[in-house]
Amino acid sequence: MNSEHQNANLREEQRPEFEYELHDSGAIGDIERPLSFVERVLNNEAFQRFMILSVLIAIWELYARWLNNSLLFPTFTETVQTFTHDLRNGVLINRMITSLVTLALGYVCGLALAGLLTTFAVASNIGTRILSTFTAMFNPLPAIALLPLALIWFGLGTPSLVFVIIHSVLWAVALNTLIGFRSVPETLRMSGRNVGLKGARYVGLILIPAAFPSILAGLKIGWAFAWRTLVAAELVFGVSARSGGIGWYIFEARNDLDTPTVFSGLLTVILIGLVVESVVFRAIEARTVNLWGMQR
Amino acid sequence: MTSVLLEVNGVTLQYKMPRHLVTATYKVDFAVHEGDRYVILGPSGCGKSTILKAVGGFMAPVEGSIRIRGREVEAPGPDRMMVFQEFEQLMPWKTVYQNVIFPMKVTRKFAHNEAVTRANAAIEKVKLTKFRDVYPHMLSGGMKMRVAIARAMALEPDILLMDEPFAALDALTRRTMQQELLSLWDQLRFTVLFVTHSIEEAILVGSRILVLSPHPGRVRAELDAGAFNFNNIDQSEFGAMSKRIHTLLFGDERVSA
Repeated sequence: MNSEHQNANLREEQRPEFEYELHDSGAIGDIERPLSFVERVLNNEAFQRFMILSVLIAIWELYARWLNNSLLFPTFTETVQTFTHDLRNGVLINRMITSLVTLALGYVCGLALAGLLTTFAVASNIGTRILSTFTAMFNPLPAIALLPLALIWFGLGTPSLVFVIIHSVLWAVALNTLIGFRSVPETLRMSGRNVGLKGARYVGLILIPAAFPSILAGLKIGWAFAWRTLVAAELVFGVSARSGGIGWYIFEARNDLDTPTVFSGLLTVILIGLVVESVVFRAIEARTVNLWGMQR
Repeated sequence: MTSVLLEVNGVTLQYKMPRHLVTATYKVDFAVHEGDRYVILGPSGCGKSTILKAVGGFMAPVEGSIRIRGREVEAPGPDRMMVFQEFEQLMPWKTVYQNVIFPMKVTRKFAHNEAVTRANAAIEKVKLTKFRDVYPHMLSGGMKMRVAIARAMALEPDILLMDEPFAALDALTRRTMQQELLSLWDQLRFTVLFVTHSIEEAILVGSRILVLSPHPGRVRAELDAGAFNFNNIDQSEFGAMSKRIHTLLFGDERVSA
């Protein structure tokens, strides 16, 4: 046992030491070099999305041509023709504006209410309990289920729509914001309080930016809920509204068995969703959470 | 004789856990003088970080008093800037420069122009001028810590509170940071209250060392370490000091060699 130990020590001592001159590493080229043009294009998110969409459209077009039944499943080209036609004669633009104005109104009101509620909720423990009970109650409640009630309270028209949109935005955004506030690291909170921040300034200067990734997630979910709710609500009572939105446009076309127009309405819904997601929210992300390294 | 800056008298600190009331420190007394590098040293569980939080104003003592320049400490304030162990103390949504200038803007202690000059000077002192407009997530741990120190110093607080600031750094970076802190102190002669659990770091960084015993934290000794620095780290006096503190902390248990 002991002699083994000594042997090990002996071996340690016999091993020679080395010091090297550093090789010139010039042969491998620059340590950091830009990727080639092709590599960059293939990595580009927009390009990847474009490829995915092209494949989907190709499948659609081929299937519809094979089916050859415009009443059931119009081709992509036919849909686009109807879409551009209605875009040119202004029908679709009007419908879009009607929908988007209502949507913006409901969305902004919902956000303002959510902000107010969460600020109140983070101020005290009981506030947090109240808000989490409310969100647990109302978040699973589909906005459309409230529409009959809204119609009784506010009658046919924009106020009812705004009411259901607020309902669909408010709880999703409030829940996410509250989760975000509660997961702000303690050190960051303390470094804010250290310089004497309190109340609204503390919320505005520390909590909101620190919780921004989950607030942004809430904004996205809220937006999607609002858009869905609006189109669905317009479909339900679009017939009697004088200047309907996209939902009514779809509803009208369905009554006339004008499937290409139904498709063009759906396309519009999808396009607006895509633009808001990949242009508006993408831009916000790039300027905030991505820039700050809070989200990849 | 320098004047007393911070007085801690018979301070007992307790905090509530969901099921227990924990006593972190019991009747701790000490006094920090102007220009001290005052180190609180102790094993984990001696309440050293809790003392620092109490001095920072984040928790109130159940007994005893904490006074800074004769004023009772009641709430957190920019006269006692804290530097934490975690890197999360920097605001990820602000650049290095914005982080450093933020406390000066919020407290309105300096006019705008002066704040800008001070922020730039502080960043230069910690050698981060090249990284002035970079966001924290692109910095290494050591750099983040330097930003946190620059931010605290730029505000010119009465006292700098450092809660194991180098504990999360790798050993080589920690060594560099200790040297930088000492050379900054040589230039500016600020007062710092420094918490650590490393005996070596305490002797190197500190001019006074408060040794605490654990469960609950009580004062075991207060030693003078002003004579030790990186130049005599290999000398026998340094080793003797280290051994003395070791004995104070762990009694006569033999140092396992």
